[in-house]
Amino acid sequence: MKTTKELQTIATQVRRDILRMTTAAKSGHPGGSLGCADWMTAMQFNIMQHNPDTFTMEGKDSDMLFVSQGHITPVIYSVMARRGYFPVSELATFRKFGTRLQGHPSTEHHLPGIRMASGSLGQGMSVGIGAALGKKMTGDNTLVYTLHGDGELQEGQIWEAVMFAGAKGVDNLISTIDWNRQQIDGTTMQVMDLGDLRQKFEAFGWTVVSINNGNDMQQVLDGMAQAKSLTGKGHPVCVILKTEMGYGVDFMQGINKYHGSVLSADDLPKALAQLPETELGDF
Amino acid sequence: MKYENQQSKELRAGMGVGLVEAGQKNANVVALSADVKGSVKMDGFAKEFPDRFIQCGIAEANMVGIAAGLSLCGKVPFVGGFAEFVTGRVYDQIRQVVAYSNKNVKICGSHAGISLGEDGATHQTMEDIGLMKALPNMTVLVPCDYNQARMATLAAAEHQGPVYLRLGRSKMPNFTAEGEPFQIGKAQLLVEGKDVTLFACGHLVWEALQAAEMLEKEGISAEVINIHTIKPLDTDAIIASARKTRAVVTCEEHLFNNGLGDSVAQTLALHCPTPMEYVAVNDRFGESGTPDEMLTNYGLRAANIIERVHAVLKRK
Repeated sequence: MKTTKELQTIATQVRRDILRMTTAAKSGHPGGSLGCADWMTAMQFNIMQHNPDTFTMEGKDSDMLFVSQGHITPVIYSVMARRGYFPVSELATFRKFGTRLQGHPSTEHHLPGIRMASGSLGQGMSVGIGAALGKKMTGDNTLVYTLHGDGELQEGQIWEAVMFAGAKGVDNLISTIDWNRQQIDGTTMQVMDLGDLRQKFEAFGWTVVSINNGNDMQQVLDGMAQAKSLTGKGHPVCVILKTEMGYGVDFMQGINKYHGSVLSADDLPKALAQLPETELGDF
Repeated sequence: MKYENQQSKELRAGMGVGLVEAGQKNANVVALSADVKGSVKMDGFAKEFPDRFIQCGIAEANMVGIAAGLSLCGKVPFVGGFAEFVTGRVYDQIRQVVAYSNKNVKICGSHAGISLGEDGATHQTMEDIGLMKALPNMTVLVPCDYNQARMATLAAAEHQGPVYLRLGRSKMPNFTAEGEPFQIGKAQLLVEGKDVTLFACGHLVWEALQAAEMLEKEGISAEVINIHTIKPLDTDAIIASARKTRAVVTCEEHLFNNGLGDSVAQTLALHCPTPMEYVAVNDRFGESGTPDEMLTNYGLRAANIIERVHAVLKRK
């Protein structure tokens, strides 16, 4: 377990990784990755019960995480590498030909820590439900986590899954919604208003936890601990994690352009200047 | 060898019986259905193993994802539904979390083909073989009768990796030997011949056998080979038979495009160009009617096969 301060340091390093990876690849999705960096760091270092050294596909007695919005690979890979799933130096291969660090998560390239491909949106909660049911069938008391973009909730399959998990009481599942209110064509309010997410999930039989500032490490830790405490009570748990797309770089924050646009080599130093290198070091 | 119809039965029912047996053999076999467990004959499994049957409601996309998740925990999920709705409707789900992720999920598509009959074109998929064989990692099985559907189900359960199992709804002749081993990827020689080869799959295998009998009376010796595995295709068997007979007719309850015929044509084009004709449905949707009416009016009968044999022999 890391202290909150240590986690904050890791998250800062992760943000540097995200920016350097995407600029080097000249492609990728930095905005949502920056926004999720605190949550992902908290999850992989403190919240989840898992051991990178003994990773198996089956994940018996290990918490599982499925990132449904597969485009945020920069944050997924950076945190996984920092957590010890594979060498940090491999982050330099992101999106390059022959890499295990595919643009979107893949199992075909055998990167430890990835159990399912994602990228085509809306599918991760269904997968998480299946794994959660599988854990119940095999007497495995560990948890299944899923992460979703808020725009992703516009996919119909999500609501099939939300209905299933609520109706069948899949109570070893915690699904987190990265509520950054941005998507490719504008804000979620402009593109397709999501309405009151808490009410929607509650209406489907979920227990909902809100984290009002998903870029505050302590709030993330407290909120996810609360979510864990609510498992095993007959209801799936939803965490509404309010974040800012592009968090950590003032000229990227809240700008939906950075969903899928990367910084130029000229702009990168300006951004990195706001995220001083940590003792963990760049890749 | 002459094949007799022991008693017409539904192929989907053969799957249902095979699934119960697979469940008895392997405690990890689980089944999922989308509000059609009776229609796809998973009710026997659900009754025998209530804790291993997952009712997903009318939500096929979610069902496919759940199956993929279950497979991670060592389960062997069989997903059951109408063929159109567990292939075409959920093609992208199968592509991402089953085929690309290479999960041990078995997709059982019942009510496939035009012989579904009265429900009409929305439910009569004739594209499913093409959709599923297009996917890397996917194995595509099209058993020819009840007995073979049962054995194919057992083989699918033992096979490691994604499988699509195609099954019809209607009662059709049951003529293969009960319990005859089913080897994935191995073509089944039913009748030896020397003048023309009939490569058939699914319900059309029986029609091909009838055609071969009638052709024999005309003095034409037809070889009948059941291609129950569309992928991986037994190209050796196809090439060997085509080299022998020098004339080929493919027979399937599917569109011309992307079905068995195209797989055979590709093999022949690459390895031994041979005159070939298709018995299939040409680029059109089906309609309502009895199964018999559908097969007859859409040109999927022994008589149509004979007509194509005459055509191909002229091209020899």
